Amino acid sequence: MQAHERLTAAIRAANKNGRTALVPFITAGYPEPADFIDTLRAIAAFGDVVELGIPFSDPMADGMTIQRSSFIALQKGVNLKWIFEQLDAAGEIEAPLVMMSYLNPLLAFGYEKLARRAASAGVCGFIVPDLPFEESADLRVALEAEGLGLIQLVTPATPDERLSMLAKASRGFVYAVTITGITGGDAGLPSGLAAYLDKVAAMSELPVCAGFGIRAAADVANVGKHAAGAIVGSALVEVLEKNADPAAYLESLRG
Amino acid sequence: MKDLLQAPINGELPDERGRFGAFGGRYVPETLVPAFERLEQGVRDHLHEASFQKEFRRELREWVGRPTALTLAPRLSTLWGTEVWLKREDLAHTGAHKVNNAIGQAILAKRLGANRVIAETGAGQHGVAAAAACARVGLPCSVYMGAVDIERQAPNVDRMRRLGAEVIAVESGDKTLRAAIDEALREWVTDPTGIYYLLGSAVGAHPYPYLVRELQKVIGEEARQQMLDQAGALPHAAFACVGGGSNAIGLFYPLLGDDIELIGVEAGGTGDGLGENAATLATGTPGVLQGAYTIILQNEDGQVQETHSISAGLDYSGVGPEHAMLQATGRVKYVSARDDEALEALEELCAAEGILTALETAHAYAYARKWSQSNPGKRILIGNSGRGDKDMPTLTKYPARPRTHAST
Repeated sequence: MQAHERLTAAIRAANKNGRTALVPFITAGYPEPADFIDTLRAIAAFGDVVELGIPFSDPMADGMTIQRSSFIALQKGVNLKWIFEQLDAAGEIEAPLVMMSYLNPLLAFGYEKLARRAASAGVCGFIVPDLPFEESADLRVALEAEGLGLIQLVTPATPDERLSMLAKASRGFVYAVTITGITGGDAGLPSGLAAYLDKVAAMSELPVCAGFGIRAAADVANVGKHAAGAIVGSALVEVLEKNADPAAYLESLRG
Repeated sequence: MKDLLQAPINGELPDERGRFGAFGGRYVPETLVPAFERLEQGVRDHLHEASFQKEFRRELREWVGRPTALTLAPRLSTLWGTEVWLKREDLAHTGAHKVNNAIGQAILAKRLGANRVIAETGAGQHGVAAAAACARVGLPCSVYMGAVDIERQAPNVDRMRRLGAEVIAVESGDKTLRAAIDEALREWVTDPTGIYYLLGSAVGAHPYPYLVRELQKVIGEEARQQMLDQAGALPHAAFACVGGGSNAIGLFYPLLGDDIELIGVEAGGTGDGLGENAATLATGTPGVLQGAYTIILQNEDGQVQETHSISAGLDYSGVGPEHAMLQATGRVKYVSARDDEALEALEELCAAEGILTALETAHAYAYARKWSQSNPGKRILIGNSGRGDKDMPTLTKYPARPRTHAST
């Protein structure tokens, strides 16, 4: 099994058990670098896939919560090299991992080295929010050489033809952004969500995970009717920000 | 390399993928991809079409006040030992070259059916120009401005508000131009069809670097003809300050095919260390920032570095991708001038020619002066990109030398 197929399998396994797959997001090393692996394990116990955010100085698709966590992690010295070392030392993590990173830290690390290091650290795929498909060939080739996948994002603004192309190009799962906006909004999920998610699912052979604006059990249940998985980012980072228990929060999402 | 020297002269760049050689491209969130495709199509449909050009040229003439003057600077020439000519963008409406781009894009926004305009600003010159241009075409305008810049460019904040714009203070990131662009992009993502993003420099994702250059090249086209008419010859060298690089590309682009030494001057800040300056091309490395693959100031982990410059308009960690290409081919040389050198040059120009130039522009003077010392007797052209009235809050911190003229 290729690494990116582990992501697909984990999401399908949750669905087979009658659950919406849960994909929690944390900023790596936030709030305390020393607690990184403990936090990751706590979250992986509830998450079917875990999304690890790589901090970046200019997170242009993120709202204030993730900007703040990213900024603090950077100040505390978190970088890709450190994250890989921590993952190496941790050994097996219960859920397959995807990394969410803006492009520049990946460019600076070097694509081939990145793919090798990620594969050996147990990472199965990447989400790169400022890398549209048209600019992604080099990174895709490097990742796929190691069995890793580049997960494509689609949004409510994506025209059908492009949506179909992106769904085919994606690996692991398709990331369906629920809103036109940035992460961390509290405006709730939009009214046309069901039809949009149904459309993405119909166009995709891979499971579809919905993200942005998912904060409570009702949201997970809501997107779960139309998508295979729910991605929870800013709301979970807020829990970490308050030093509350992430496991209790994730458990509450299962309703 | 030879093709890359010739291609820009032939107007062949950017290519269909928005690349200037290796640099440029379009690195934007998926939500904005359709918006960029619409913008690119809009640029293709309108920019060089006769009725757009007619309206744009009319507004440049009757509202901006173009052509701006070319001024011989006789006293400065004597002081420097060179023949110094100034392209007076400070005389353009709102006081800087920024207005050329702002009115062009505002007309485009109107034609593309946008219902509101957003813009970012550093020194506030683009914000003022965008506010004025939006008022002129009848579109509401919101300007994102870093909290640090709001403080050091207070007069421009008030001007923007009086011109009908909403000024939004950006408290995230470095609280300067870079954070303002990030925040404007975040806002654009919320309504990619209704919002037109009026970007102020030749930076960002394709087609902005191309669009801004096409709207700013009027500077160099006019200056070239004025040099021939007034000086009787082209200059040996031309100088412009470079932050994102819109005034520099506007001046240089029409001169690329001529035998003229072209020199872009970046902000050398207080020193050579990372974070002490904004000398992106001089000290940066390739990377992706805010939509383009270009030269940026970053650490070894690819984290973008904060910059320092006395001038808000040059205080930026990236630079337009066309400049990155022009540096790579060697056609344009990029150097830097420090804060104190810029201040000194500003004062010299004020006293010698009665022109209070912008702190950004003063960097070009500072290096041109140095260059003149080793190249006596030459004829040079300086892009006087903006006026310095907006810098009075900063300048008051550096008291003017007392002068005594009356006999006592």
